[in-house]
Parts: sequence; C-alpha cells; structure tokens
Amino acid sequence: MSKVEVKGKVTPAAPEASSLYAEHRKVYPKAVGGTVRRAKWLILCLCLGLYYLVPWLRWDRGPGAPDQAVLVDMQNARLYFFFIEIWPQEVYYLTGLLILGAIGLFMATSLFGRVWCGFTCPQTVWTDLFMLVERWIQGDRNARMKLDQAPMSAGKFLKKAATHAVWLLIAAATGGAWIMYFQDAPTVVRELLNGEASLTTYGFFGLFAGTTYVFAGWAREQLCIYMCPWPRFQAAMLDENSLVVTYREWRGEPRGKAKAPGMGDCVDCNACVNVCPTGVDIREGIQMACIGCGLCIDACDDIMGRLERPKGLIGFETWNNLDVSTKAAAPLPPGPERQQAGMAARRVPRFIRARTLVYLGVLAAVGGVMLGSYVLRTTLSLAVIRERAPLFVRLSDGAVRNAYNLKLANKLREEGDFALVLDGPAGLRVVVQDAPQDSQGRPVVHSRGDGITQWRALVTAPASLHLNESVPVTFRLLDAEGHVVTSTSSVFLGPKP
Amino acid sequence: MAGIEKDALTGTDTTGHEWDGLKELNTPLPKWWLYVFFATIAFAAVWVVLYPAIPLPGAFGTTGWTARGAIAGVVAEERAKQEPMLARLRAATPAQIAADPDLRAYALAGGRGVFSINCAGCHGAGGQGAAGGFPSLADDDWIWGGSLAAIQTTIQHGIRNAEDEDARVSMMPRFLADGVLTAVQVNDVAEHVLALGSRATDAAAAGRGAALYAENCVACHGDAGQGNRELGAPRLTDQVWLYGGDKASIVRSVSYARAGVMPPWGSRLDPAMVNRLTVYVHALGGGE
Repeated sequence: MSKVEVKGKVTPAAPEASSLYAEHRKVYPKAVGGTVRRAKWLILCLCLGLYYLVPWLRWDRGPGAPDQAVLVDMQNARLYFFFIEIWPQEVYYLTGLLILGAIGLFMATSLFGRVWCGFTCPQTVWTDLFMLVERWIQGDRNARMKLDQAPMSAGKFLKKAATHAVWLLIAAATGGAWIMYFQDAPTVVRELLNGEASLTTYGFFGLFAGTTYVFAGWAREQLCIYMCPWPRFQAAMLDENSLVVTYREWRGEPRGKAKAPGMGDCVDCNACVNVCPTGVDIREGIQMACIGCGLCIDACDDIMGRLERPKGLIGFETWNNLDVSTKAAAPLPPGPERQQAGMAARRVPRFIRARTLVYLGVLAAVGGVMLGSYVLRTTLSLAVIRERAPLFVRLSDGAVRNAYNLKLANKLREEGDFALVLDGPAGLRVVVQDAPQDSQGRPVVHSRGDGITQWRALVTAPASLHLNESVPVTFRLLDAEGHVVTSTSSVFLGPKP
Repeated sequence: MAGIEKDALTGTDTTGHEWDGLKELNTPLPKWWLYVFFATIAFAAVWVVLYPAIPLPGAFGTTGWTARGAIAGVVAEERAKQEPMLARLRAATPAQIAADPDLRAYALAGGRGVFSINCAGCHGAGGQGAAGGFPSLADDDWIWGGSLAAIQTTIQHGIRNAEDEDARVSMMPRFLADGVLTAVQVNDVAEHVLALGSRATDAAAAGRGAALYAENCVACHGDAGQGNRELGAPRLTDQVWLYGGDKASIVRSVSYARAGVMPPWGSRLDPAMVNRLTVYVHALGGGE
C-alpha cells in the first residue's frame, strides 16, 4: 500500500466509494468584528441604501414628463437618469455600461482579487443582511447549531417563524424596490398595496421577492459554488501580483497548540473556518468556494491579538510576496524572527502592469466613446424613407413624382417648426402633404416635443426636366434663423432617359 | 469499469470511469440540484396534461388552451380597444374625417393594411396600378373623379359589376367588332386621337379621323379629347393611358372597346373601412 502526500496530509491511496451526490452541509458562520467586517457593513449600508432609496429621488423635467430621477419607462420607451434621457435606439449606452461593468470587474479582480464577490455582489450583501437577522433572533453560531438539532418546540418554532417573517419582509421590500425602477415609485407602491397593479408588476415583484428570499435565506453559498459562473473563470484575471485573501503558510506552519514548542503562529483554533460564510478553510490556499470577503482576516487577527502575536497571519497578499516571504522565512525556526524576516521581504504590490493597463485602456476607450457620443448627440434628427412602391409616379402632364416619408425625431421636450428645403437639380418641386408654407413658399413641418413626427413629401420633376434614372437629393431642415438644423440624403428616381 | 481511487494531486476520489487512461474525478453534485431536476420533470408531466404537448391531431391539454385561441383573444382585445375610433370613422363622412386631424391620422394609419388586403391585388401595394386596365391611384389622372366623394362612391359601389345597382356604368361601343367603323376608319380615328396629344404620324389620316371622331367619340370623350368623368370616359390628351397609349393599343381600344370591372366594396366591408380606404386612397398623392 503506497501512501501519497497531499498538502501536508497523509492519505491512504484506496478509499471507499464516495457518492456522486453531495449531502447539503449547512454553514453556520460565526459573528466576527474587525476592520474588514466594518468595511463590509459600510458597503452593505451604501449598496442597500442606494438600491432602496434611489427610486424615491425626484428630478423635475417639466410638465408632462416623469419626475423620477432614475426610471426605466418601458411603456413609453424612455430611460431617465437624472439629466440624461435615452431613447430605445440609443441602447448602445446600455451596452457601453455593461462593457464598463465587465472590464471594471476584470480590473478590480486583477488588482484586489474577488472584492466584487466578497463585498458588493447582491448575493453577498443580502446574505449578510439575512444572516444578521438570523443572528439577532436565533443567536450566534453555537446557539443556531443547537437550535437546529433540538426537537421542535414552541420556542424553536417561534424563533424560526420570526426569522422567516423578517426575511420575507426584506424580500418583499427588495421586490418592491425593483418594480419602482420601472414605474413611478409612489404610484406603484400605492397600486401594489391596494391590489390595483398589473399582473406583470406583481409577477416581477414576486420574482424578485422570491429569489431574494430563496437565494439569501436558503441557497446562500450554494449559489456561489454551484450556480454562479464568475468563480469558474475569475482565476483567468488573477496573477502573481493580485492581492488575494491568503493564509501566510510560511508563518503559520507547523500549526499546533499555542504553548507547544516549535510550532508556527497558527494555533489551529478554526476561527477562520467558523466565520467563513461559504464554510471553506482558507489555509488550504486559494479555492473556488472562497469569495474573498476577508472575514477570516478579522477572525484570525482577533485570535492573534489575544495571543499577543502580530496580526496578519491571514491577509490580503500577493503570490509574489508569499513566495519571497517563504524564501526569507525558510531557514529560520518558528518564532518572531521568522515572522519579521518574512514580512520584511515583502514588496509593494505592482498595481501597474500590462494586464491592468490593458483593462484601463479599454475602460478609458469605452468611457471616452460613450462620453463623446453623448456630448455630440443630436437632439433633432430627420429620417427620409423613400417610398418604393411605386418607385415613381408618372403624372398626366408627363412629370415624374417621388414620395418620401419624413420622420422627425425630436429628443427635446420643446416642439418646433422647421422649413424644409431640397438640395438637388434645379426645378424639382417639393410639397409636404398637410403642411403649411412659409412666405417663401417652402413647406414648414412641425415637430412635436419628445417624440417622432411623420410627414409625407412629394417631390415632382416637371416633364421639361430631363434627369438621370437616379439623382441624389438632400432634405434639409432650417430653423427660424435659416440655419440648417439637420439634413439627410436620399435619391430621386425616374424612368430611363 | 476501473476501480475507484483517490487522485494524488487533488485528493479527490475518481468515479471509476476511465477513457484511454483519463480518469474522471468525482466532484459530487449537490442533492438539491438533483431534486431540482426531478422537480422540472414533475413540472413537465403536469404541463403535458394541461397544455397541448403531444404532436397528434386533437391532442389538446385539459385546459383547452391553443396558440391560435390565444392569438384570437389578443386580436379581439385589440379590436375592442379600437371600437370607439371605428364608430367615429363609421359615422363620419370622408370629408369630415379629412378635416379632423386625429380621425384622419387614425384612418391613414390603418388604411395601408386594409388597402393591402383588399385593393393591392389589382392596384398594387402603393396604388401604382398594373398594366391591362388597373389604374394607378397615386397619379393625378382620374377616370371617375378623384374627390373624396367620388372615390367613396367608386369604392362603395364599384364599376360595371352586376352585384350593385348603383355601380358606375358606361359602355364604349366596339366600333370595329360591331361594324360601326371599318378597319381603315378605325386607323384614321386612332391617328386623330394621337393628334389630340400632338403625336400623329399620318396627318392626312388624322384629318380624315377628325370627322369620324366628331361623329362617334365626342359625346363621351369631348371635342378636344378632354374626357368625361360622369361617364368614366378617360381624357385622351394626357400621358396616362390605362390600356396603353401607342397606336396599336388605341386601335385595339377603338375596335373592341374596353370595360374594366371593379367589385362593390360596400357590401364586403364595414362602412368604417370604406371611409378609411377613401381617405387613404385620396392621400396617396392624387387626391383632389
């Protein structure tokens, strides 16, 4: 029987058959205090505060327009974000935001590891909140484990019911806030409570309330480990210069009792495992189930503080530094000298490197394009759609006539009147159906505010005008001062000469 | 099947499956995931009972739901929403519709669809007409009149049909076929008709044709070929020719006559639709 060495553990080579299906092992994370925990609370308050309160912000856009600062108005096909108002055809701004989000995520990961997962991911934030509720009602880790093992009693039932009731309330608030981003917040809340909202509204409310309750209350780390695709490929963004939550093995090993001689700084107290929201052991190195929340850092620092040993046995560390520390510490026996030698060998992480510069470049390029396109965005545009059936109409006097559909898209809320002129061969006559004419005989088209106005233009070439089969023409809109506001090209078709 | 072993590198068991020396590691699926699969199977079973899922004729689900029925429901719902506007369209005259911007916009918006279904077969998708007697509705030449009222009458009652007593009727004689004119005389008349548009090729024949024209054609087509809309007699001086303006076509028209037919739409369509079509055709570009 041969034996194989696996990460310092000795394992027999012929194990018993293991099941293809894993039993669910409930994780009971212990409460912990410290710098990382405080940062996480702060970020939690910020994220949830933004999510729940932003729909209530008001922004005056004048009469007839919604006064909600952030609103995705599906029915009227408009997206409002404070002073920005986006039409459906400008959905590329959304594409740009998604690209910024993705590349930003890549960049943050290559710099600081899985900070998104550990600090800001909704799954983490709401799970944290749900665990807080759980802890308030049922107590900390040991009390919860005991409660789960105890037979059902009135007290246990009451505690469990209270927990789920509060969870459901939070979930309802989450689903409620979601629909507020798509409809006027005060109105939709009133409708929702009075049973007057649409089935779609209730559907989305239920969907988001339900997923919040199931994901943050029941699924928790299962979602991160088995459902989320991000942990599976985030390793591609990490390199030896990324700061990741790491156990300083060179300092901690060999682990053992605090008072035992010749042992490293790790006293094998399992505090890091007990506080972990996904139930992993950080001492086994970087692993897919580690969401990089850093709570093990707080737990370990607490223990080290009590033992009056330097903090930082677990910390945000790069693999490069881990390497040099290991080399520096290797010749020394466990003790303060080894710890100091290892720590002294560390260097400031390289934040500026090819990978991060490429990410930064993409971020800057996409951001620049978005900003540029927003600044140069035209608020009035003219689309000219030539009618193709028939290609042209022969009139009784031999003249040739083409018809064009004009669509004036006005993204401002002010309406306006514009004179239409046609640039093309002299002699072409342009008439816009139902439009008045100005003093110079030019058709004047009206454009409504915040919308598209359609007109139909008839352009006639008299029989005396002999044109080619296809002649380029340009439609121009002039404002009251005679300046060209916008122009669009098209062609004038006729019979073969 | 190879035996289950523990992988040295990862410390994970293998499943015992081996392909060409590659051994599969056992990373167990959580049980709840398996139960979700079972739940989806149960869901599918319920679905098969409730909804049509078996590709056999008549195999409907117990709910009786069909895709066609669902569409029909949506269509009925949309129809009901349009009913108030349709009622206004039904009650108004085309002139009243044209004067009311909202009603006119509504009539025009739906006009294209009604036109495509009922009219485009002969008159073309854009009302451009077709060779062989289907007139263009987009030009400025009208045989029976291009005012809103005239267009409405034409759509309502049609032309030369047996179904509608009020259909527009006129009958051009078959001058050659019925022996009124000889072939030479028909040729002379055709030359005169060409001369009306300053296109004669044989001045002598055109001169002879003038007298024949005055005798046989003036009553309907007018002494200068200006036509008569009361009788559906087209103008002969312009450049729009329903059956062709070359001499051969004119000779054929004079010899054997032309009599296009249009069905009455008043008996086929809702009055609202007739009004809608009237306004739409009038706005195609030739309305008077």
